[in-house]
Amino acid sequence: MLHLKKTAGLALAVALLAGTSAIAQQRTLVFNTDTSDPAPRAAFDQLIADFEAENPDIDVVVNMFDHEGYKTAIRNFLTADAPDLANWYAGNRMAPFVNAGQFMDVSDVWESAGFDDTLASARASMTIDDKQWGVPYTYYQWGIYYNKDVYAQVGAEVPTNWDEFVANCELFKAAGIDCLTTGTSALWPAAGIFDYMNLRTNGYEFHMALTAGEVEWTDQRVRDTFAQWARIVEPGYMTANHAAIDWQDAAALLVQGRAANYVMGNFAVATFMDGGMTADNLGFMPFPEITPGIPRAEDAPTDTVHIPTGATNVADAKLFLAFLGRADVQTKLNAALGQLPVNNQSTVGDDQYLSAGFEMLSNAYALAQFFDRDAPAEMAKIGMEGFQEFMVRPEYLEDILQRLEAARVRIYQ
Amino acid sequence: MSVTQSQSKPQSWWRRNQQALTPWLFLAPGIFMFSVYVVWPIFESFRLSFFDWDGLGTKEYIGTQNYSELWGDRNFIISLKNNVIWLVLYMLAVPAGLFIALFLNQTVAGIRMYKSLFFFPFVISQVVVGLMFSWFYAPNFGLLFKLTEWLTGTGIAVLADPDLVTYGVIAAGLWPQIAYCMILYLTGLNNVSADQVEAARLDGAKGIKMLWYVILPQLRPATFIAVVVTVIGALRSFDLISIMTNGGPFGSSRVLSYYMYEQALSEYGFRMGYGAAIAVVLFGIMMFFIAGFIWKMVRDEKGGY
Repeated sequence: MLHLKKTAGLALAVALLAGTSAIAQQRTLVFNTDTSDPAPRAAFDQLIADFEAENPDIDVVVNMFDHEGYKTAIRNFLTADAPDLANWYAGNRMAPFVNAGQFMDVSDVWESAGFDDTLASARASMTIDDKQWGVPYTYYQWGIYYNKDVYAQVGAEVPTNWDEFVANCELFKAAGIDCLTTGTSALWPAAGIFDYMNLRTNGYEFHMALTAGEVEWTDQRVRDTFAQWARIVEPGYMTANHAAIDWQDAAALLVQGRAANYVMGNFAVATFMDGGMTADNLGFMPFPEITPGIPRAEDAPTDTVHIPTGATNVADAKLFLAFLGRADVQTKLNAALGQLPVNNQSTVGDDQYLSAGFEMLSNAYALAQFFDRDAPAEMAKIGMEGFQEFMVRPEYLEDILQRLEAARVRIYQ
Repeated sequence: MSVTQSQSKPQSWWRRNQQALTPWLFLAPGIFMFSVYVVWPIFESFRLSFFDWDGLGTKEYIGTQNYSELWGDRNFIISLKNNVIWLVLYMLAVPAGLFIALFLNQTVAGIRMYKSLFFFPFVISQVVVGLMFSWFYAPNFGLLFKLTEWLTGTGIAVLADPDLVTYGVIAAGLWPQIAYCMILYLTGLNNVSADQVEAARLDGAKGIKMLWYVILPQLRPATFIAVVVTVIGALRSFDLISIMTNGGPFGSSRVLSYYMYEQALSEYGFRMGYGAAIAVVLFGIMMFFIAGFIWKMVRDEKGGY
């Protein structure tokens, strides 16, 4: 009996030792991510599997958060229980965390992996105080998606400038179709429209100055932007009651042929296709020119990965960032995400919308990050509410501009 | 503590005070939890409202600047106004609950099933109530929209109209609240003494007179609780606004609790101090009512009612 016990005990000890030594060789990397929607989730699973295949001694532990809930959760876990890697966004959106010392400076990774050259288009939006704070892995284009069938129905041609666009709107209105649709219950779609109205009316430098708080909101040039916008708001060419619907509900209107145009990001293509649109009737065009001669700048919001300052496994986290910025990795990841790689050595799939977007962004004069990432959070919120209010009651424009100006003075001290 | 020793000395301190101390010992864990998780955060919020803090970096003392800014902030004024509208209109739940309870207070076969169905709105989560009502109000396919379209030609999207949105959300909130008041009154009606009703009937009372002079006074405790819960519910309302409108359109349906959340904790809110100031104001408003209720309750208990 005792002899059996001894052998059993010895066997157990050997097994435990073997087990622990195997575990000791595996290093863990904790990755908090918000890629909860099905397509991005699958893409990230593949990315992590590839990384683990290249680095067999690293085990990546993924904590998946719901996409919207992540935006509040991140403020908690960066201080409470920091992972080694975390998703976030570029530009002014990462500034609060950078300024609070929550993100780690990764300029060394940028230098050693050559990202200063390959990720050049997004370098400016990743830089604060001459240092880089994360690695961008994807961006996507914004533009106007339109229903070709509806255009054919009223006999409208694809517009080349704003005057033609507004003229088309009269045709659509006569047929009982919304010329431009949007769903502003979450506010940000309104900001997309404002970004383009301002970029096309006044240019990239002015738009950057405005979001940086250097220009007054009561400036004449801002009024010009709103005046151009009013040309489709006042005659009622936009979807009524947009303040009560989500962007997905507005997408349904485009799919059903009850709306003609939609200012949206490329991620919406999946929604349009699910609703029944095909490559034949879903068209894409860059936002038309308003002021002739202004070089064309585009909105291209960038998604990024950062290392929190509280991370434990910094060396492996930097390894991951170097991996993430590679051309082949970004090609594969973006093929699954259906978006555009930031690395200029990567290749793009032959989906017509991606190719059009890649073409547009590569030839763009400059890339803006989207209003709620270019402007600081509080200004963004107040601004977006103002845009929504303008679209519901344009007669309140003066009041809106005064309010935005008062907010600007208070926020950008 | 040996037995022999306690026989020679008087009883130990513990033995003597056992009766007085034991309640406190039982209460101690509860009091501890309450003070750590409820009382201390209240004082911490008071303290925070005097600072400028983004939740991540350093706190900066700014005195009463948050409050002076609050006073001139039109969003705060709109939120306050909406809270007052909530308070006034939510009180409709009390008489509505009473009338439904009176209606259901009959011994007909199957009345219990009807009582359960009427109570159902209170049981489901407020989030679900909000979601259902936002579909009800939704433009293009919502039932209310289609109804107004059929009646007047153009549909009214309640949640998109800055003037109507608060009333739309309050209507959604009244649905579960009426159910709650109804149950309180049903219980109260069960305890109405039949003798008094008989005596009153013999005296010739019926209908409204019976209700007002005989039944309602006996329902006073139920009315009191219904009013307390309704007032607190109106001031606390957050779920419905968050689900149905996000405070919109452009802040028209905001209430203080939602504004506080937006300023301190939401995606675009990094102002903990300002949010704390709003919370303190809301706390002040609630304390006004709660103090009134507690004073009344203590007075009633002292009076032996």
